[in-house]
Formats: sequence, structure tokens, C-alpha cells
Amino acid sequence: MNHTLKAILMGGVAAGIVGAAAGGMMAGTAHADAHGDITACLITKTDTNPFFVKMREGATEAAEAEGITLQTYAGAIDGDVESQVAAVETCIAAGASGILITPSDSRALAPVISQARDAGLLVIALDTPFEPADVADATFATDNFRAGELIGMWAAATIDDPANARIATLDLNPSEVSVDYLRNQGFLTGFGIEVNDPTDIGDEDDERIVGSDVTNGNEEGGRTAMENLLQIDPGINVVYTINEPAAAGAYEALNAFGLADQVTIVSVDGGCPGVEDVSNGIIGATSMQFPLLMASLGIEAIVQFAEDGTLPANTEGLDFFNTGVTLVTDQPVEGIESISSEEALGLCWG
Amino acid sequence: MADNTKPSGQDFERNLDESDATVAQFSTGQRGFVGAVQHVLHANPTWVPVIVLAVSVGIFGLIAGDRFFSAFNLTLIMQQVSIIGILAAAQSLIVITAGIDLSVAAVMVLMSVISGKLAVELGVPAPLAILAGFAGGVGAGYLNGVLVTRIKLPPFIATLGTWNVFFALNLWLSGAQSIRGQDIDAEAPLLKIFGESIEIGSARLTYGAILMFVIFAALWYILNKTAWGRHVYMIGDDKEAAELAGIRTDRTLRQVYMLAGFICALAAWASIGRVGSISPQSFYEGNLESITAVVIGGISLFGGRGSIMGALFGALIVGVFQSGLRLAGVDVLWQVFAIGWLIILAVAVDQWIRKVSA
Repeated sequence: MNHTLKAILMGGVAAGIVGAAAGGMMAGTAHADAHGDITACLITKTDTNPFFVKMREGATEAAEAEGITLQTYAGAIDGDVESQVAAVETCIAAGASGILITPSDSRALAPVISQARDAGLLVIALDTPFEPADVADATFATDNFRAGELIGMWAAATIDDPANARIATLDLNPSEVSVDYLRNQGFLTGFGIEVNDPTDIGDEDDERIVGSDVTNGNEEGGRTAMENLLQIDPGINVVYTINEPAAAGAYEALNAFGLADQVTIVSVDGGCPGVEDVSNGIIGATSMQFPLLMASLGIEAIVQFAEDGTLPANTEGLDFFNTGVTLVTDQPVEGIESISSEEALGLCWG
Repeated sequence: MADNTKPSGQDFERNLDESDATVAQFSTGQRGFVGAVQHVLHANPTWVPVIVLAVSVGIFGLIAGDRFFSAFNLTLIMQQVSIIGILAAAQSLIVITAGIDLSVAAVMVLMSVISGKLAVELGVPAPLAILAGFAGGVGAGYLNGVLVTRIKLPPFIATLGTWNVFFALNLWLSGAQSIRGQDIDAEAPLLKIFGESIEIGSARLTYGAILMFVIFAALWYILNKTAWGRHVYMIGDDKEAAELAGIRTDRTLRQVYMLAGFICALAAWASIGRVGSISPQSFYEGNLESITAVVIGGISLFGGRGSIMGALFGALIVGVFQSGLRLAGVDVLWQVFAIGWLIILAVAVDQWIRKVSA
């Protein structure tokens, strides 16, 4: 064995690891003077997903406007609980006034969040609620049921014969997490289908539903799921998708089967590629959510709390603060408020 | 020697005359049916997945009827398993050397992102972008090979590390954002060539599925008909013995990892055609799915045993189960359940076959 080479290689590997670790632990800070003594933390699931990038943008802008210090942290991948726990502990130690967090695990983070609240910090969950939601002081999120309901109503009003529709739902994954069933059941409700248990996907008796399959929220899964459902019934003409990448995959499958023209695809998210798919006619309508707003409202709430102890209130009738959802379509329907894909391109994230 | 006695041999052979004079021989006792089956399977390990595949196609044909047992659906299954199948081919190479490669899917996704970024966003001619993907794939394989042979890391650890490294690079390069199919069509349609298909009646064989079969055929030839291929098996069976037999084991191992990386780059190209877009979030568990196909295909994780064709049948078995169970209306979580038992069963059968007494 060539020892010099080995040493060089080991050195390179070590340097890479140290560099990566430093990158992973890196905390961005933004400073200003108006409320110079207030510090807020933003902890996202990852710092690569465009949704969270937009969230950080919103928080950074709001922090600069308010003149407070913002520290941002992120896990390496979705599900990286340890990094988030460490980040919360760092924020407590740093004497922050509040934490904005998109929990990578709705349950596992509960103990450390309690520690933070016991230490007097305001904790706001962004986008993903804790289970139960009152683990945090407040939740700022998209009303996912409403997001589904809007595209369901739109689809029912757009297709020729809703009474004889053939519906496929392309959902997230077998665990049926809250965002998954809320969007799915919202869509079906909006379409006019009785959903039975509103936390269970696929327990409906309505004959119009051909079936559902899971996509993992990406193109590959969307395509395979669509192919499978078309094998069950090639007459499918309404396709609900959990998000826009899954919708793009479904479209590929429909296109390969030569069935793209007979089908209306609806989705949820409002990412820029998804909005472009609306303008190209691939997706009929999508419900846009607003990560930037979640973060900027969160920063304002922390400043408010630091000044006079006011806790943010929930939207009436919901157990969270609704940061809004807007229907994006180029075929507007009377009675359902919507914006065009052109307007949406200015608002989309990613 | 003053001794007058005259033994038939030297002193230490004194008792030889009393010993059994028959030559050592194989037992001729009957093996019984089970033993016979065990013996046949030991000689032909690929028969197990072939039998499982044939039986499962038959059973699902009965349960799900024509919808399952149609040329269209059967070719659709081939199309759906093509990417994992190609990754399983790369995985088999590594597993035959008694290694494991957790980075195959990450290499694939990273190379598809690199080709896509170059061709679609930076305007590099598509053939060059694809070449860059191949160079990257071989380079990634070389890195794995160096970590295993020079730094002497166990393959599991080396590729666990590079899996994360490549995945992070992929997210960084892509910004976790997909490159849309429409943009690929407009800028570099060559990237999607493997999504094209040949239609014969209602059967629809994509170029990607054909590529999978070609890769397996080529690897079967290389592994069984060339000296290099036999060396790969020998290294997996007993690296030290191979070394003593004059095989340059470390160099061959690095070549194996580079070939696997090359196949991952082929999978990357094929995946763009299959998925229709370049999706950095897809195939996150592709490494485990490729190992599943390899294991169900009867390739021994201890190395040196099993035919590459087993992985092809393994991938097809998984596809047949998923399609059949879905068409039979079975909930997704029971598909996961069934695949889990298939894996356990496959390895249990492999262990049983290995116990065969010559």
C-alpha cells in the first residue's frame, strides 16, 4: 500500500467530512438595530427544497424589516430529527425570543419543544402541525383541506358530466399523513363526494372513484401510479394529485397511453414548475400555498410576543392560523375565486 | 538396518495392510425428492426465481384475469421495472464480489441531473451532456472502488458514505427542483430517447426496457464467457485464493465498481425517458429496491454465487407482484408486506440450498 497516497486520500476524505459538517451546522444570521435585542430562529426540514428556501427568504426579509436578529437552521434531509433537536437547543441557549419550525417529525420533536416553551420561548409550527397541534404555541399553515376543496369544486364545475366522472386520486405514501388525507378528502368533498371517515383515504363508497395509489410526491411515482390506475380503468377523466411533480408524472403516463386529452388533472402547491404546467394546459388547476407569508407572519408574531407577550390567535373555526390558499387556473369558473397562471408566476415559489 | 523382519512398507506404514482398501467415493445413497430438488437448485440457482416468476404470473393471471395477463400489461411491467432492473444489474456485479453498493441510485439521479443541467439549462449539446453523465458515473464508481481497495473500507461503509455525498450533491446542483419534461423536449429530446417504444399489437416495449435486457445479456456474457468475468466470481468466492492464483484482485475490484458506475449512468439516461422529467427526488430508495431484486434473484450476498440473470428475474418478480396485487385491488401497504416476505423467503431458500451435501 502506498502510504503517501493513503494519507492524501484520508486527508481529503477527512477535509470533506469536516467541510460537510460545518456546512450542515452553519447558521445564517441577519442583523439590524430597531429591536436589536430580539433574536428569532427559523428551523426548516431542509435548506434545499424550494418551498423552504422561499420560507427562509420570507423570514429574512421580515427580520430585516423588523430589525431583529434571525438565525436559520435546517436538517440535512426530510426526517432528520436530530439536527432539528440540536437546532432548538442552540436557540434556547442563544436566548432567542421565539422559534419558527417546520417539524421533520410531528411527534418526535415534542419533548424539546416543551423545553423551549418552558424556557419562555414562543414556538410556532410552520406548514406542518405538531401532533397534537398544541405542542407549539401556534401553527401557521396552509388550510390543506381547503386547498383540496378548491380544486375539487373547480373540477366538478369544469368537466362535462360530473355525475359520471371517473376519478383517480394520486396520493402521497402508505402512511397517510395529515397533509395527504386533508388534501385528498378536501378534493373529494369539493367534487361532491361523501367521504365517510375524513382521515381515511379510500374508504369512500362512491362508484365514480376508480381507485387511489401512492406517488411519494415525485414524478416517477406519479407516472407509475397513473399507469396502474389506467390499467384498472382506461376511462379515467379526472385525476387528483398530491402535488405538482406527481401531476407531471401522471401527465407523462397519460400522454404515453394517448389519453392526455380526455383527462383533467388538478393539483396542490404553487411551485413555479407547477404553475408553468398550468399555463401549458398540463395541469387544469392547482391550489397555491404561501411559504413566504408563513415565515414573515411568524417573525412578526415573535416580535409582538417579545414586546408585550401577545400570543398569536388561530383562524376562527380552525386549530391553526390559516396563511391562505389561492386557486390558480386559466379556465376560471364562476363562483370560485382564482388567479391566472400569469399572475401566479409572480407569486410562485421555487 | 540390522532388522530381519520385512514389513510391507516403512515403519509408519506398518498398519496399512489392516486398513480399508476401497478408494474414497461419493455416497450413492438415495437423496429423496426434497434432497434431489435441493441438489438441482444448488447446481442451477437461477431456477428458483424463474419458477417463482412463472408461478406468480400464473396466479395473478387467474386472480386479476385479462387485465393482468395481457401483452400490454406484461410489457408495462417491464417498462416499470426497467430502471430498478438496470440498477440491479449494477448491484449484482458488486454483490457477486461479496460487496454491496448503497450508492447506485444516488449515482444515477446525480448523473441525470448533471446531464439535464448541462443540456437543458446550459445549452451544451445533448451527446456531450450524456457523455459527461457517463464520465461522472465511471468516476463515481472509481471513487467507490478506491475507498474499498485502497482505503480498505468495507463496501457497505464506503457506499453508505458516497450515497449521502452524491445525494447531497444532487440536491445542491438541482436545487431540489425538477427539470420539466417540456423543457427537455424543447432543448434536448435525445435525453428522453429511452422513453420511445416499439409497438407490436398491444404490446409496448420501450427502448428503456430493451436496454435492460441488453445490459443483462451483455453482463451474462462477460461474467460467464470471459476470463475477467470468472475472476470477478473468484474474488467474490475467496479473495485471498484469487490473489494467490495470480489475479490482481484490487485492480479487478476497481474495474467492477467502475463498470457498475457506468451502468448507473446508463440507468440515468434511461430514467429520464421513463420518468419524462429529471426529478432529483425520485428513486430515493432505489438502492434498496435494487438490492431487493438481487436478493430475490437468488444472488448470494456472501459473494461468488448466483447468476446475473437472477437479478433480472428478481426485478420482474417485484414488478409482477406490484402490478398483480394492485389489479386485484389490494391496498398499497399489503404490497409492501408481500415484498418483505418475498425477500425473507428468497434468502431462506438460498441458505437452504447452500446447505446441500455434495
